Amino acid sequence: MSTVTTRRSAAILHRSSRPWGGLTFVLAALLALLVALPMQARAETMKIGIVTFLSGAAAGPFGIPGRNGAELTVDAINSGSLPSPYNTKGIGGANVEAVIIDEAGGTTKVVEEFRNLVQREHVDAVVGYISSGSCLAIAPVAEELKMLTVFFDCGTPRIFEDGNYKYVFRTSAHSTMDNVGAAHYVAKRFPKTRSYAGINQNYAWGQDSWRDFHLSMELLMPKAKVTTVQWPKLFAGQYSSEISALLVSNSNIVHSSLWDGDLESFVFQAGARGLAKRSKLVLTTGEANMFRMGAKMPNGVIIGARGPYGVLARDTALNRWFQKTYTDHYGTPPVYPSYQMAQAILGLKVAYDKTAQKMGGKFPTREQAIPNFEHLTYEAFGTTVNMALGNGHQAITETAYGQYHFDKAAGRATITNVERFPAECVNPPVGVKSEDWIKGGLKGAKCN
Amino acid sequence: MLTLVAILVDGLVYSSWLFIVAVGLTLIFGVMKILNVAHGSLYAFGAYTAATLIGVYFDAGWPPLGSFALLLVAAVVVGLVLGLVLERGLLRFMYGRDEVIIVLVTYAVFLILEDVILLVWGTSPYFAFQPYSLLDNTSIGVLSFANYDLAMIGFAVVLGAGLWWAIQRTRWGKLLLAVIHDREMAQAMGINVTLVFTITFILGAMLGALGGAVTAPEISVAPGIGVEVIVVAFAVVVIGGMGSIPGAAIGALIVGLIRAAAVHLLPQVELFVIYGVMTLVLAFRPQGLFSRAEARKI
Repeated sequence: MSTVTTRRSAAILHRSSRPWGGLTFVLAALLALLVALPMQARAETMKIGIVTFLSGAAAGPFGIPGRNGAELTVDAINSGSLPSPYNTKGIGGANVEAVIIDEAGGTTKVVEEFRNLVQREHVDAVVGYISSGSCLAIAPVAEELKMLTVFFDCGTPRIFEDGNYKYVFRTSAHSTMDNVGAAHYVAKRFPKTRSYAGINQNYAWGQDSWRDFHLSMELLMPKAKVTTVQWPKLFAGQYSSEISALLVSNSNIVHSSLWDGDLESFVFQAGARGLAKRSKLVLTTGEANMFRMGAKMPNGVIIGARGPYGVLARDTALNRWFQKTYTDHYGTPPVYPSYQMAQAILGLKVAYDKTAQKMGGKFPTREQAIPNFEHLTYEAFGTTVNMALGNGHQAITETAYGQYHFDKAAGRATITNVERFPAECVNPPVGVKSEDWIKGGLKGAKCN
Repeated sequence: MLTLVAILVDGLVYSSWLFIVAVGLTLIFGVMKILNVAHGSLYAFGAYTAATLIGVYFDAGWPPLGSFALLLVAAVVVGLVLGLVLERGLLRFMYGRDEVIIVLVTYAVFLILEDVILLVWGTSPYFAFQPYSLLDNTSIGVLSFANYDLAMIGFAVVLGAGLWWAIQRTRWGKLLLAVIHDREMAQAMGINVTLVFTITFILGAMLGALGGAVTAPEISVAPGIGVEVIVVAFAVVVIGGMGSIPGAAIGALIVGLIRAAAVHLLPQVELFVIYGVMTLVLAFRPQGLFSRAEARKI
């Protein structure tokens, strides 16, 4: 690019014959420089806004592991040190610059910060969002601003089931997978289950999670009956009454999609009062907290990772690299938000690299890259990601569940009795809404 | 029958926690007419300090039962330091100004202290579960209650009775009552109102921190815990009557028992009941259950 600038300037100098030719040259050179500079920057740097919880209750178990996953992946992409086949430097040949911002502060602030990223920071893409509320608010704004936005963690199925977006992608599966998978696990490992209860936060995430689990249980275990359904508010912290209600219900299974500090508080209190001994706890997001809780999480609890991530990830070269590099760098193993974040950035890289390759190595615009992101299938750190739903914008993946075990002698948290469920078994088929799919008898599910 | 027992015990446990958390807020309002939004931060500081001290204590391998004293130590230290700094360093310059301005100032303090917590303790939650598990459980049929929770009921009763005694039966309490009834007249009679204000604020701050300290062993101590507390504490104080300690106790009992009944009988409305009760009380007694309507001074 700089060579082109110099040649243009020289040509202008040669043609100049008027007395103010010197001034014309200086102005023309400045103009050429001004035109060339942004183009040069665009080709050499891809600016990505990363949004995750850096403060608030969700920061520790979710936001910070997500941020760590982003830092690690961006560094490896820039140095070309990702394992093959992703060991080319940069994204579409451009060096990546990450602008990391906090998701905390409520929906209005989250939308304002998104606009700032687009209009002031001039990012090329945004990767982020843990809360389903954030994703529901950001999706239409991303579309309005024509900003390529990749959701990495939020779970509500409503994003692509109720909307149709060109610029928005989600590289992790939605919450239907988690809860259909949990019901399959219970049906397979605990076929004598006759009663089940739920404790889920009283907002979109908790309500969707319980709906999908309950509907799946009605299909897979029709003899099992619901005893009680508890709806504590988000960030309640105190679960004394709910635990009493669950104890009185004497259920075989207690389903919960509680997350962050709420999950930890509930597990403490439930463990101390013997709930985990009386009922089998199913914690759909439990993996994110397992290393932090250690011996404080009761053995035998069924935990999920919202996909095959962390201890539930496939043993591949990519996973081994991610586990080792992350653990060496941060002193603790990566949990599922780290995987999901890394997976989202990797999705961008695969789409941009593919587009750049088709364009002879030229850095693509987001309009050029989007068609190559749609319906993309790529191998990520935990599993294969298939952008199958939402017109190629919503991923499906396989999922896995297992039972928590803390090895006191070794001081290590592990997982046992793992069951894997294929993507087509636990995700709705193309064009069918999650709720309709489950209510319709999980038609088209391929579980073998 | 079992459900009835569960509602009663759960209701009392939650009421006790609410009372411990709310009593400092109502004390400060009663004496100083300050709605202290930073009460949530004092709660969070108490919880973090207690969690840190308990972590250090158990790492050192000292006798486990001594850890309960640390909860009180955390509350006293936080209340003394933060209470003194906030009252002497900031709030005393605001006395005499509009109550709304003081609310905004305490809200600003709350936001600042939330960030101070992030600076000091970072984003990762802290655990201080040892005192909670130390006391074991009591079983009633299939129900099992943590003795720590049951002890909270006794602690709240002792705290409430202690405060009642201190206010009604001691010289200091009578001075306090004089300031509550008429600040200007009390000052004219020679009461050092400035000193009463400082002591009251420190005591209120200690009570806020105490709420956090006794809660720390049963929760994941994470950033943002103070936000939730200020909302429920405010609801309890409004129901009972701003500034009334018996009001805080009754408000906590009403909210605790109704919430427990909702959890056991109609879980869908759990989120709504606290504010439903608050709305009802405010509709019929805008000054709260235990506050007398006052004529405005001109």
